[in-house]
Amino acid sequence: MKVVAFVAALLPLLRLVVLGWLDELGANPIEVITRSTGTWTMVLLWIALAITPVRHVTGWHQLVDLRRMAGLFAAFYGLLHLMTYVWFDQFFDWMAIGRDILKRPFITVGVAALLLMIPLAATSTDRWQRRLGTRGWLRLHRLAYPAALLAALHFVWLVKRDLTEPLVYAGILALLLVSRVPIALRRRARRAKVVRR
Amino acid sequence: MIIRPPADIAPSEITPLSVHARRRDLMRVVGAGIAGGLLGSGVATAAEPAATPLDGIVKGRFSTTDPQTSFKDATNYNNFYEFSTDKYSPAGMAERLRVRPWEVVVEGEVARPRTIGIEELLRQPREERIYRMRCVEGWSMVIPWVGFEFSRLARMVEPTANARFVEFITARQDTMPGINYGILDWPYAEGLRIDEAMHPLTIMAIGMYGQVMPNQNGAPIRLVVPWKYGFKSAKSIVRIRFTSKQPGTAWNKAAANEYGFYSNVNPEVDHPRWSQATERRIGEFRKRPTLMFNGYAEQVASLYTGMDLRKNF
Repeated sequence: MKVVAFVAALLPLLRLVVLGWLDELGANPIEVITRSTGTWTMVLLWIALAITPVRHVTGWHQLVDLRRMAGLFAAFYGLLHLMTYVWFDQFFDWMAIGRDILKRPFITVGVAALLLMIPLAATSTDRWQRRLGTRGWLRLHRLAYPAALLAALHFVWLVKRDLTEPLVYAGILALLLVSRVPIALRRRARRAKVVRR
Repeated sequence: MIIRPPADIAPSEITPLSVHARRRDLMRVVGAGIAGGLLGSGVATAAEPAATPLDGIVKGRFSTTDPQTSFKDATNYNNFYEFSTDKYSPAGMAERLRVRPWEVVVEGEVARPRTIGIEELLRQPREERIYRMRCVEGWSMVIPWVGFEFSRLARMVEPTANARFVEFITARQDTMPGINYGILDWPYAEGLRIDEAMHPLTIMAIGMYGQVMPNQNGAPIRLVVPWKYGFKSAKSIVRIRFTSKQPGTAWNKAAANEYGFYSNVNPEVDHPRWSQATERRIGEFRKRPTLMFNGYAEQVASLYTGMDLRKNF
């Protein structure tokens, strides 16, 4: 299962490489690459966040094995997205990039979302999990929620007029977050029972 | 561990009603996104459209010597919201646009209002104008238009002294799926001050690259105002109205703080959400600086003397 997921997660990158090679990325290739890497960052982050709710609904608990990979690939595409911007959009003009981050809210939240994902990617190993302790690690990795919310906001704020697509992503994210509430409540109730005993 | 829900809100209340009512289309978008995301998309299917050559074209004034954008890019990367908000879609979708019969109603503050058949407009002497085209989104092209100056059309109807503005209105057809969405206030409308409209740079284009105007580029007749952001150059025009008052324009009505009536290309006045200082010329890798009035300052700057262009953006 892991191998299949790994290969599947590489397909979007492979598609860009192949289309780029064939010169079939359209009139504005940089825009296509920016869009595609951004989209897949969100899709993979959404998938990582969907694993717990889906596990509880379906009882398919092995899914948790895929969560780390989804999160890491989200960070991977996120960094490609950032690199496209820094390199092909601004050509390492750090002054312009700094101004953009300060002046353009959609870039501010986009960068913030990515900054939040970096410590999560860095502490994804078993060793870090042990070092931080399960509870500490879980607490840190709750940063995935604000990262996703900021990513959704980044998308909503950048479109010129047609909000359809960003709202689809925001809607699914809202659904994922809301679906966690009963799970969290149940967990809390269970813990409370244990304490009382 | 408490994960707070965003209060007690039903999903239908979070989603704007207009979007909620379109949830089936949204599902289609998601479905297409999932399917199209991995397999190619419109991007990969860009094609050279069939072209019909125009004869008797003479070289016109003001043409730039900048290298021209390829015909393929200019006909596969189009903002034509009546069809789709995706720039790669109009190339295929606009095939459905009915371009015959076609009439342009010219009315308002004129001595001789007229309904002009497209055949008569196609009979006007044609000249080629190679213009830079700068989109408000930050990309640009160089396109050899074929057409005639707007002032020629104005002379056909004799504007009166009350004519201070000109309004241009795009067709609204059942061939256009985009108009079912309230993204803009349809039909698409644009406007110019009369002196801007009568400026020799302002043309009515009936073709490009020596060919009949492709549908996705605004067939059969469109406006081209090269010193303004691309959206000012309304496509597929069916009505031209000379008015005494400044007309409302589609993008200004949609977001007045982002798109002004003038919308002159100006590297010093940023869009509220992005910089306008540079642009990506389609076909080029590095970005280039955006020029004041898109490089036509010598011709048009005098139209705006004494005006605060930051306020009148």
